[in-house]
Amino acid sequence: MRLFINKIFLALSVFSALIGLAFLGWILITLFIKGLGSFHFNLFLNDLIEGGLRNLIIGQFILAGLASLIGIPIGMTAGIYIQEYGRGKYAALIRDLSDIMMSAPSIVIGAFVYAIIVVPTGGTSGYAGAIALAIMMIPVVINTTDNMLSLVPRELREAGIALGASKYRVILDIVIKAAKVGIMTGILLAFARIIGETAPLLFTSETSNYFSLNLSESFPSLTVSIYDLANEPEESSRDLAWAASFILTVMVLIINLTGRFITRNKK
Amino acid sequence: MEKIFQKLSLSSASLVFIILIGIFITLFSAAKPAIDEFGFDFIFNPDWNKEVVIDAPQAAQNTQSDTLEDEIITDEDDVIIEDEDDMIADEDEEDMMLDDEDEALSKTIYGGLVPIVGTLLTTLIALVFALPIAMGIAVFLAEIAPKNISYFVGIAIELLAAIPSIIFGMWGLYYFAPIVADIVGGYQVSLLTAGLVLGVMILPFMAAITRDSMNTTPAVLKESAYALGATKFEVIKDIIFPYSKVGIIGSIILALGRALGETMAVAFLIGSIFVLPEAINDPTISIPVAMANNFGEASGLGESALFYLALILFVISFAVISLAKFYFLKKAK
Repeated sequence: MRLFINKIFLALSVFSALIGLAFLGWILITLFIKGLGSFHFNLFLNDLIEGGLRNLIIGQFILAGLASLIGIPIGMTAGIYIQEYGRGKYAALIRDLSDIMMSAPSIVIGAFVYAIIVVPTGGTSGYAGAIALAIMMIPVVINTTDNMLSLVPRELREAGIALGASKYRVILDIVIKAAKVGIMTGILLAFARIIGETAPLLFTSETSNYFSLNLSESFPSLTVSIYDLANEPEESSRDLAWAASFILTVMVLIINLTGRFITRNKK
Repeated sequence: MEKIFQKLSLSSASLVFIILIGIFITLFSAAKPAIDEFGFDFIFNPDWNKEVVIDAPQAAQNTQSDTLEDEIITDEDDVIIEDEDDMIADEDEEDMMLDDEDEALSKTIYGGLVPIVGTLLTTLIALVFALPIAMGIAVFLAEIAPKNISYFVGIAIELLAAIPSIIFGMWGLYYFAPIVADIVGGYQVSLLTAGLVLGVMILPFMAAITRDSMNTTPAVLKESAYALGATKFEVIKDIIFPYSKVGIIGSIILALGRALGETMAVAFLIGSIFVLPEAINDPTISIPVAMANNFGEASGLGESALFYLALILFVISFAVISLAKFYFLKKAK
């Protein structure tokens, strides 16, 4: 009887793993069939107004890239503070708050940026979108930096100090170097996460049908346009949305796998 | 130089604090008009964007002569204008039209009950659906699968977690919901389908952190039990589960926090109408979706009411996440 219960239990567990994999497979296969069906290389050459996706893909990368330019230095220095400088309660508080911020609803962050940037500046803009994404990114970078620095052996730091290097030199030249791969992975995963975000961009950057490099006006966003296109009644719009989703997912998964591959090689 | 770097890192760290406080203050001040107007009753009021006429006798004549004739229901002494069709776009149009009339005659009432209930119910459905499967996957990854299979399945599950939520929404609407609707009946866009897709979305996240909790069980404990002749099931039930219970509960609550604030996956599927669901397969709306769909067109009190909803969502998820992180997951360490 015990063995029978055991068998049933194990079977259920394997079954649930299969369900998980089945959902992944189902979503990916759907994306491949629908996405590849409407995929065409001209999508990379034309803007949305001409039925392509070029402006949206470039726009999404610019938004996520600018967010990284803001988010990575802030996140890394904050992580360094928590791990290297912070003593006692304040550093612990910041670590906890950053953990909470990591799970904060992304639409609320969008609303926050709307209130502090979009309303005062009088309209949606690429800057607002990038700042919303940066706020999403900062806690993830803090978390990675914090974790990776904590893995660096104490002796390395002491050796540096013993050689007469100042503390910030030790941190920048020794500690960060030792933790480089881990931090890079974390940053890539954070980038993969924000490049697929829609909710924080809905009322900050919005989207645009035209190619634009002007960050002070509504900025083309792949994810926001997918949402718009998918809700349109015409079949052609929805096909375009599927093609865009396919491209987005492939980009996200490639960045994500690259991140994992780097760490794995290191080991 | 040392000092500068130290100050710089301190100010970056403090920025987290400032942003969180800033979010709270900003949401509160933007929601202030709605809070002043509706108070705490907002939470229990099921009417969203509903015109209520204050000055009854005159207003009845005024409004009835308007273009809205067929959508108006009038009482003898307490006149209430109600539109049959609760679609937001229509309401907004109507809102505009009524705004053109004399402001004093009617006012618009906003209540948050429908999106609040919608948010809680979709999260509950997602949790009920995802919990057993996530536990099964976690057990499989932590205890059953051989190392290399566990590694690859683990990566696959984490890739599922990396897929952008908007993809879940589209897939859910066009491929998953029709099947669910065939089986259960009712609408394709409903509380049920939204909750299930949300469940699929939080599944990998829940499984991954539950597995991590289970992995903290010391091997010595497990091996002692096996040595006594326990089966795998017994080891999991009597050793691993009690040992990592607190961590697992923390993981579940953390996943719940994620589900509460999810926008895009739900936006495609919930139907986006401000009506309390009577059955599990009725369409309704959740807080994030109410914000996503109405923010662009809203202004004045309507926008303030959306900020009020955002504030409620922020406070709920802040509380849920803090509970998970600081009570359960801290204790687990």
